[in-house]
Amino acid sequence: MKHRLLFTGKKLIRMVLLLLGVSLAAFLLMSASPLDPLQTNVGQAALGTMSQEQIAKLEDYWGVNTPPAERYLGWLGDFVRGDMGTSLLYRQPVSTVIGQRLQNSLWLMAFAWVISGVLGLTLGVIAGANRGRLADKLIRGYCLLISSTPAFWLALLLLVIFSVWLGLFPIGLSVPIGADASSVTLADRLYHAFLPALTLSITGVANITMHTREKMADIMESDYVLFARAGGESAPSIVLRHGLRNVALPAITLQFASIIEIFGGSVLVEQVFSYPGLGQAAVSAGLGSDLPLLLGITVVSAAIVFGGNLIADLLYGVVDPKIRRGAAKR
Amino acid sequence: MKAWNGRKNALFLLAAAALVLCAVAVAGGLLGEQAMVTDFTRKNLAPCGQFLFGTDWMGRDMLSRTLTGLSLSIRIGLLTAAVSAIIALALGVASAVCGGWVDGVISWCIDLVMGIPHILLVMLISLAFGKDFVGVVAGVALSHWPSLARVIRGEVLQLRGAVYVRTAEKLGVPRLAIVRRHLLPHLLPQFLTGLVLQFPHAILHEASVTFLGFGLSPEQPAIGVILSESMSYLTTGKWWLAVFPGLSLVLIVMLFAAMGEQLRRLLDPASVHA
Repeated sequence: MKHRLLFTGKKLIRMVLLLLGVSLAAFLLMSASPLDPLQTNVGQAALGTMSQEQIAKLEDYWGVNTPPAERYLGWLGDFVRGDMGTSLLYRQPVSTVIGQRLQNSLWLMAFAWVISGVLGLTLGVIAGANRGRLADKLIRGYCLLISSTPAFWLALLLLVIFSVWLGLFPIGLSVPIGADASSVTLADRLYHAFLPALTLSITGVANITMHTREKMADIMESDYVLFARAGGESAPSIVLRHGLRNVALPAITLQFASIIEIFGGSVLVEQVFSYPGLGQAAVSAGLGSDLPLLLGITVVSAAIVFGGNLIADLLYGVVDPKIRRGAAKR
Repeated sequence: MKAWNGRKNALFLLAAAALVLCAVAVAGGLLGEQAMVTDFTRKNLAPCGQFLFGTDWMGRDMLSRTLTGLSLSIRIGLLTAAVSAIIALALGVASAVCGGWVDGVISWCIDLVMGIPHILLVMLISLAFGKDFVGVVAGVALSHWPSLARVIRGEVLQLRGAVYVRTAEKLGVPRLAIVRRHLLPHLLPQFLTGLVLQFPHAILHEASVTFLGFGLSPEQPAIGVILSESMSYLTTGKWWLAVFPGLSLVLIVMLFAAMGEQLRRLLDPASVHA
């Protein structure tokens, strides 16, 4: 038990260091930007009509005159205490904005994550077990097509077909327009999240399938599968008893590694469907030079990604007795 | 004449794909002027014989706009993939050859870059460069190297155990000479394949960030810009504004992916035994 804790502790420390690095890198990139936040958000015309004091006030608000090092340390100090600053665009605490947006996005991403994982694993196992046959060729063709398709274009296509032509689904937003927060039902939410989630699932499948297929094909060529086949075991039983068990480890890695892709996809898809999620907030923060919000979103998304990797590392030990005992020896 | 074999087939496909891509790049460059011509007598035409891809709300020919956008995408893709592959090669080799703290720092950087969602990172970098053309190129180039760097690092670590490398080390051959004479030639196939397989990603990410509004100015007919403009006209039934440009982008990306696959077949026949 002790070595597991030690292992977890080491991973946690590495994760904290990486997060620190992410925040510093993001901060440096943003402060290197030559874009003037006043020009971007207030506009040249409005600035021209303002008095010197007003401009100075605005510069103060957007933090133009504070040196970067001071700003970063200030931000970091607040962040450790749980205060992520105030979003300049939404005029709310960053943690509130992220909390609200994440709630919307989480529906979407969790749905797409589960669907693409299950579907990807199934398709990958089928293709790998039937390598070279028709099923494999079809699945591979589908994967090549999907991995060459930009997520936002697929979203546009689905939007045109299902919302504009067939009129089956709403064009955007996460809840009906003008409805009270209290009158929004679960059905409404699902109805509005369906198309974005479908897009994300379709695009997420390709990568998982291709990698699972490769692993599965390797397993099918191994000696133990040959032995089982010689012993007269049927193909489905080989896949279930030998294939799935051995493909489990890479499948876990793939499943947790796909979080980052789903997040990236959600940024684009939310933009197309004007779905008020975290990704859309990231885009408006980026376009509007809303430094605290963009920094917060970057750190939160990186934390989700690293957290996923950590869970995958811990699950290895749970799933694979070899790793469990190997770690015990050391 | 020798028999037609899989190798020749791969070579033929590779050449054909390269030719098509060159043709699109050149055609787009030549049609650049025509893509900007507005003509209000022919606006919002659905695809027909004269305008294969239709025209938009300002009467611009969508076919020449699409071709111009594609050629821009191809050029950006080539540039960014080359830059990021070279970064990956340099860092991967340095990390494996130097070891110690250099390896630690580079591996940490790889983990760091891989921990930020690609699209966010491209957004951040293009912000740092001021949301223009250079920003997009830098953003895509600086965010795509980690996975290839990791592959190259692993490869070099394996090569370092090879007898001829260890012998050279014992004979006192300088490190740089070992890298140049023994490691790089072995890495070339991996590197070239990695380079070509970067194109699809690079092009897709370039299209994505321009779609979101980072980077190229609205006047430039990049595919991302064309598609984001089309969004406001989709609900009124002008589907051709989005469908054809997107479809041609998918085709171009698939061509690049196919090229990478064929190149792998030629350079590394052992890995493709299916």
